[in-house]
Amino acid sequence: MSSAAEGATRADVCAAAIADAFKDDGEIFASPMGMLPMLGVRLAKLTSNPDLVISDGESLFLADVPPLFAKGDVVEGWIPFRKVFDVVAYGKRHVMMGATQVDRHGNQNISAIGDFARPTRQLLGSRGAPGNTVNNRTSYWVPKHSPRVFVESVDIVSGVGPARAKAAGPAAARYHDIHRIVSNLGVFDVKGTDDTVRLLSVHPGVSVDEVREATGFDLHVPDDVPETRLPTTEELIIIREVLDPRALRHREVPEPTSKETP
Amino acid sequence: MSKGPRDKRMSIDEVVGELRDGMTIGIGGWGPRRKPMALVRAILRSELTDLTIVSWGGADVGLLLRAGKVRRLVYAFVSLDSVPLEPHFQRARQAGTIPEVVELDEGMFQTGLRAAAQRLPFLPMRAGLGSDVLVNNPWITTVTSPYDDPDGQREELVAVPALRLDVALVHLNRADKHGNATYLGPDPYFDDLFCMAADRAFVSVEQVVDTAGLTVDTPVQRLLLSRMMVTGVVETPHGAHFTTCTPDYERDEKFQKAYAAAAADDEAWAAFEERFLSGDEAAYQAAVQQFQEEQA
Repeated sequence: MSSAAEGATRADVCAAAIADAFKDDGEIFASPMGMLPMLGVRLAKLTSNPDLVISDGESLFLADVPPLFAKGDVVEGWIPFRKVFDVVAYGKRHVMMGATQVDRHGNQNISAIGDFARPTRQLLGSRGAPGNTVNNRTSYWVPKHSPRVFVESVDIVSGVGPARAKAAGPAAARYHDIHRIVSNLGVFDVKGTDDTVRLLSVHPGVSVDEVREATGFDLHVPDDVPETRLPTTEELIIIREVLDPRALRHREVPEPTSKETP
Repeated sequence: MSKGPRDKRMSIDEVVGELRDGMTIGIGGWGPRRKPMALVRAILRSELTDLTIVSWGGADVGLLLRAGKVRRLVYAFVSLDSVPLEPHFQRARQAGTIPEVVELDEGMFQTGLRAAAQRLPFLPMRAGLGSDVLVNNPWITTVTSPYDDPDGQREELVAVPALRLDVALVHLNRADKHGNATYLGPDPYFDDLFCMAADRAFVSVEQVVDTAGLTVDTPVQRLLLSRMMVTGVVETPHGAHFTTCTPDYERDEKFQKAYAAAAADDEAWAAFEERFLSGDEAAYQAAVQQFQEEQA
């Protein structure tokens, strides 16, 4: 049995928190978008949930768990884009997407900033966010928690939050399941008062006030907010020696300086 | 004596000669992957204008926007992958220069093509419900199931409208002269759907081979297009450049980087156009070869 490890970095804590978001998913397609989500999903597959189905992000299901950005040795299936949409509708999938904005009601925006007709900053477009959020479990990863990301109201709703899903009727709400939002400061869900974003834990070294200040809306904060768990020794070895020996995770989540963590 | 099926081989310019102002054109591939770029470049050289472009967008969309060819753009995303935001698309959106914009969910886009391919006016789907895709496209409506679900409720779903195309342009690895065609890379994308959603479909390929050659060392399941789905076949070696055409070649990342950098600045873009886009396809390929030698 492994114990909580010494010397875990903030990025390591985030990876373990993301892994925890996938631990109870059973045998589903885990679809991480971005580096830390990929690290967290692969960590979960090597520890808490070996049944997870993972891909190379292109078109292959991987039987083994390669390091970040490495090719897998054994392929266990074919998942071209057309079949991804089939799995989305089938529902056996948990996607962790990025979010340029997330609002109090758990709506997400990756489309554009500003007015849709003439945005001040055009982003990717809605991609698969509308379909993901009404079909399969969806989580979000925010590497830099700030009031610019966590806004009162997103400019364009790409990913649908629970209140909007309910308002759109049973076809939208039936399979709607925003599971976790993980940021560099803490872990959240959308089960606060009136389906709002709720703080579940703060990462070690982060205060609840710091999270409040970095959030541009009134966050649901329970009376007792635990600390996000530290990775175990086993997890740290897997992260450092197997999945991310080049420490790419620290580029996405640098260690906070003492000034940032009063 | 058997005559056999028609020979559908055409030149790039003959394909573009079949296009008209105001047409709705679907472009196959996906983002920066296996795009019919030689055909797109030919549209850039033409006088065509006022086009509706339906695409999982990459540089195809970027180039056509920059050249002012697009009246209406139907997309779910526009990306170059390694350069996340397509610079011409971003610029056009922020300047408000695309007269009509239809942003869909990726799955809705596929469903819209499916509806057109099946000659249906719409297909029902969950994707889009509750999102701003429906707010920003108020002409897209919902449809209520005529059947009760187990709770006695009737689901109200998005009625994804058919994305009917006048013309589809796709690029594959191999075809015979009749239009049977294979993809040899990891993903067919949606090129069969594009062809079936269109009145006429033109396929460019790396190489035209004998019909027997299509399956001589390639599984029959890779035959994505049947000749009944194809109007014309064009041989365009490196015709997907600078997007991927696995396994014939991968994305030209250095070229894509130069493209994206040039897009940021009017003068740099004029120089890029002059060097790469001012001549025919042969001139383009020659200029690219010289670029690659300089970069090596």
